[in-house]
Amino acid sequence: MKVNVKVNGQNKVFNIEPGDYLLDTLRKENYLSVKKGCDNSSCGVCTVLFDGKPIKSCSLLTAKTEGHEVTTVEGIQKEADKLSDYFGAEGADQCGYCTPGMALSVHALKEENSNPSDEEIKEYLTGNLCRCTGYQSQHIAIRNYLEDK
Amino acid sequence: MKVVKHALPSVDGKGLMMGRPAYTDDLADPNSLIVKVLRSPHAYAKIVKIDTSKAEALEGVEIVLTYKDFDRRPHTRAGQGFPEPSPYDKFVLDQWVRYIGDETACVAAVDEETAQAALKLIEIEWDILEPILDFETALDNEILIHPEPEIFENFPIGFDPKRNLAAAYSMEVGNVEDSLKECDVVLEAQFFTQAQAHAAMEPHTVNARMDYQNRLVLYTSTQAPFHIRRIVSQSLDFPMSRIRVIKPRVGGGFGGKQHIHGELLVSTVTIKTGKPAKMVYTRKEVFESSFQRHPMRLDIKLGAMKDGTLKAINCHILSDTGAYGEHALTVFMVAGAKVLPLYNKVDSVKFYGDVVYTNHTSAGAYRGYGAIQGNFAIESAIDMLCEKLGVDPIEFREKNMMLKDETSPIFAIMGEGTEGTAMNMESCELGYCVSRGQELLKWKEKYPRVELADSKVRGVGMAIAMQGSGIPYIDMASATVKLNDDGFYNLLVGATDIGQGSDTVLAQIAAEALETTLDKIIVYSSDSDLTPFDTGAYASSTTYVSGNAVFKAAMDMKRAIVKEGALALGVKVEDIEYDGVVLKAGDKEITLKALSNRLYYSEDQKQLMITNSYFGTKSPPPFMAGFAEVEVDTETGEIKIVEYVSVVDCGTPINLALAKGQVEGGIVQGIGMAVYEEVLYTKTGKSINNNFLNYHIPTRKEINKLTTEFAESYEESGPFGAKSVGEIGIDTPPAAIANAVYNAVGVRIQTLPITPEKILAGILANKAKK
Amino acid sequence: MKINGYQTVKSLEEAYNLLNENKQNAIVAGGAWMRLSSKVIETAIDLSGLELDQIVETKDAFEIGAMATLRQVEKQEGLKNLYNGVLSKALSKIMGVPIRNVATIGGSIIGKYSFSDVLTPLLVMNVELEFYKKGKISLEDFLVSKDRSKDVLVKVIIKKEEAKAYFHKMQKTGLDFAVVNVAISKKADTFKIAVGARPSLVKFALEAMAFVNDAKEVTEEVILETALIAGKELKFGTNSKASEEYRRNIAMAYIKRGLREVIK
Ligand SMILES: Cc1cc2nc3c(=O)[nH]c(=O)nc-3n(C[C@H](O)[C@H](O)[C@H](O)COP(=O)(O)OP(=O)(O)OC[C@H]3O[C@@H](n4cnc5c(N)ncnc54)[C@H](O)[C@@H]3O)c2cc1C
Ligand code: FES
Ligand code: FES
Repeated sequence: MKVNVKVNGQNKVFNIEPGDYLLDTLRKENYLSVKKGCDNSSCGVCTVLFDGKPIKSCSLLTAKTEGHEVTTVEGIQKEADKLSDYFGAEGADQCGYCTPGMALSVHALKEENSNPSDEEIKEYLTGNLCRCTGYQSQHIAIRNYLEDK
Repeated sequence: MKVVKHALPSVDGKGLMMGRPAYTDDLADPNSLIVKVLRSPHAYAKIVKIDTSKAEALEGVEIVLTYKDFDRRPHTRAGQGFPEPSPYDKFVLDQWVRYIGDETACVAAVDEETAQAALKLIEIEWDILEPILDFETALDNEILIHPEPEIFENFPIGFDPKRNLAAAYSMEVGNVEDSLKECDVVLEAQFFTQAQAHAAMEPHTVNARMDYQNRLVLYTSTQAPFHIRRIVSQSLDFPMSRIRVIKPRVGGGFGGKQHIHGELLVSTVTIKTGKPAKMVYTRKEVFESSFQRHPMRLDIKLGAMKDGTLKAINCHILSDTGAYGEHALTVFMVAGAKVLPLYNKVDSVKFYGDVVYTNHTSAGAYRGYGAIQGNFAIESAIDMLCEKLGVDPIEFREKNMMLKDETSPIFAIMGEGTEGTAMNMESCELGYCVSRGQELLKWKEKYPRVELADSKVRGVGMAIAMQGSGIPYIDMASATVKLNDDGFYNLLVGATDIGQGSDTVLAQIAAEALETTLDKIIVYSSDSDLTPFDTGAYASSTTYVSGNAVFKAAMDMKRAIVKEGALALGVKVEDIEYDGVVLKAGDKEITLKALSNRLYYSEDQKQLMITNSYFGTKSPPPFMAGFAEVEVDTETGEIKIVEYVSVVDCGTPINLALAKGQVEGGIVQGIGMAVYEEVLYTKTGKSINNNFLNYHIPTRKEINKLTTEFAESYEESGPFGAKSVGEIGIDTPPAAIANAVYNAVGVRIQTLPITPEKILAGILANKAKK
Repeated sequence: MKINGYQTVKSLEEAYNLLNENKQNAIVAGGAWMRLSSKVIETAIDLSGLELDQIVETKDAFEIGAMATLRQVEKQEGLKNLYNGVLSKALSKIMGVPIRNVATIGGSIIGKYSFSDVLTPLLVMNVELEFYKKGKISLEDFLVSKDRSKDVLVKVIIKKEEAKAYFHKMQKTGLDFAVVNVAISKKADTFKIAVGARPSLVKFALEAMAFVNDAKEVTEEVILETALIAGKELKFGTNSKASEEYRRNIAMAYIKRGLREVIK
């Protein structure tokens, strides 16, 4: 089947199987910033924005994107560029595998709640696992980014 | 120092966050065949008959491989230097399968769906054998897990497959039995540590292609690209000169990617078909069919005098290596070698035990590498002993622990699989770490417990730890520095950045030595065709061993620049003053930029490119003290880690932010091991929690406050005074948290993980006693 | 999971007919949980076009379209005040935001998941489900019903009530399923106590409810006794997450805490 979906502002037509999930479609279509980390929607490295809201692309059928908008980190380069400065300052990125998904979640958080508490930041990002950093440095970097420090 | 000891951003973090294709699967040939493995459903079985004809006939299937396609050539997947201290007990594919998830057959097809369908069409007649699933019953069991005659050890490691023994070892300094008799107090305790999964976010991934020279090019997510090249060549009997191994960005390793994973099967597919092929482990495969931490049973006896002098340590360990013996001996030995020297003033110490085979997923290298297991047992036992003695556990440690300029006889006796290397602690700030940690946690106000409202109690506990910095006389690293026109450099290293930031750290060392800025060092790791040899990213070796190689190569480069500058200016080398930018001699001067352009294009043209190597003759240990404050709910046993304080002596932290990242990342993995994580099996040996929904790595909600500081310390033998920092962070949480829980509620957990359920059972048992 | 065909329907009637046309046809709501199953679906029925993702506040109820995501429900301002926001709180404990942006309230109810953190709080509220053919049925009846006929869930109706409530999910880490979850509500002098993930499907602690509802005054002794009764009457089980005994102990602990909180 065919789906019409806007990816990073561009209209696309994807040729898919009805059972395809968005993660696999995106990687096949060369959106390689979207990573795969698990088989059951539990790690968050595949996070993308669906109509501006963060979702795990491995948990959404591609068919459901018909007429909707999908954003990968390729679509928020400026924000990711800036956020990465804050991550860099705190040493909050190690292997980097979790960071494109994290950037999208942080971007969505900022849009939704520009002044979140520490608890709200944690709550919003729980679904984005990181095995390298121990989280605290990321937390500080994200808070500084949101406060534009 | 201008570049070193600063918190500079990593060289790759920005591009990775911005999503640039950089990891193994991002770089796969889009036309790759998809390689899938049929995994054993049995814990132990023999293939009586295997019929692949239906799978082969399926449209889109390119090749099906079974044990019949391989020579019986034993090897080890350990990914260590050659000859490995791990038994050669694995075949690429075998007629026997030894755990649920073991490789049985392999399919390559045009797409994932076809490959999956083909797996289902492979028909196997099994002879199902009775497995050994309880490691305490493995030794001398009548069931033999490795009866095959071809397997062997490279040199004596205690390998005795007729007894299900992958390795064994024993050593004694003094006479422990006699010492214990003289002690006022003897403590005996048994501990168990569990299997832990590495859980790197990027699954094990590899792809292969034949290039235009008909060479095999492998892209693989690995910690040891040069070992991969060697093992692929050895085990597939394919000329090493025709193999190129490229390590792209790696999404975390923690030891798990030191081993061979899909490389052998994917290489075989590509060699046999001539077509590109790739394999990405499913998360289930990562859990079930890669590697995990060795579970251990540790029996500890400590003897001390009433005045708080520790006299004797007796440590017996039984370790479970699972189906194959990767790192069997060495992880086991590190459990002693990187823990026991902490208490270097004892009269006698004995360390001995066995590493047995079972029909579980193989154990292998994992950050901490035995030290975390040993640390949990010894550091818990020390607290238990102190209680018996009625002495303060911190004072006790301060009295008995290793200090600067001291040594331990263990260093000379125990290495990793071989004899060790004697060394003095030329840098050791453990004393500072212990006292500073107390200040940071406000230990004196909080020890041992503070009762809060609503059935909550807070307790504090601590532990000390050490690790190593590379493997002396075994690990070799090298680095190449190349001067380009315009005056910037390439730094080519075999050292493997797997996310720990070694590219950045090594570039900082080069920049400092060359007196330039980080942006002038273009670092590249690792490609077996292009970068010089390095053993790989393991054993906490990169900063110290590879860093020393980079330092040497960079200093050579600086000398070469000065020499060329002298030539260009027509002066003597001794007359040159050079600050990394301008070469001056009296009133003559030339910039590095001009000089490098001259060397490329105008006069005395030549390429300056210098390689140097480093080969360690000691392994200076980093030290740390870890302090935990926990809050226990006395009605539910639930536990919250309120704060974790780490004070670390890693010599000079080359990059403050990244060093802190290594410590904190290690601490949180250690907290995971202490409290949340455990690989669980059913009674038939099937993994229960082979995904992130049921295997719980800490999320950001569990992490409340991490306080991390570094001691001022300088290791003469290290680059700019550095020692290692990659592993040490993981060692203390199990013991420190166990001690804190005991101090909070009087429940001593001796079997990891420290779950709410175990804590509550202890609280209820204590109540019943009263 | 395997899906052979996909149909975005134009009406509830079409959905209903398609659903019953073939045993293997199924509605795909968020589709998040289905992915984890090994089901084969002949035709996946997508309700996206039917505006079932609206949450409407009427005079005496909140009517939540079955396709509303858990996140929509969690963030709905009005619902944040109902039963002192217990539903929002419960939903916030489910995985992370990205899953809650996909998973729907309808899928969460129809699935009757034993680990559910959606059903437990809803059960102590006054909730009706509206199906396309079967019409309205209370959540309580739905959960015990043996009716396996296929129908389309249209709405979840939560009646507005002056009541206080409590919810607790005992979980090991932020992404964990419940080891046990407990919800308690108090409307005037009537208490409801539900315990889920025992590890089986959520249930009322009926005897405990009867005891506390009969008590003249809810003293500390009554609270302790209520928890004990609940611990005795409810069946708990053992699995890899926890033992029966541990589940019972923490359920009782949280029932006590919940009761103390709702009588405040
Ligand atoms: C990784 C993960 C972790 C989770 N953890 C938790 C947790 O900790 N606690 C918790 O409570 N929940 C948890 N859930 C479940 C989640 O909250 C949802 O309940 C679940 O995803 C189902 O919602 P869905 O929209 O995805 O439904 P689907 O998967 O699309 O559907 C579920 C079932 O409902 C049927 N269905 C859906 N809508 C209708 C309708 N309108 N009419 C008739 N039938 C319908 C479908 O046919 C299917 O049988 C988790 C889910 C995932 C994916
Ligand atoms: S790949 Fe892990 S959540 Fe999607
Ligand atoms: S940086 Fe490696 S997983 Fe987050």
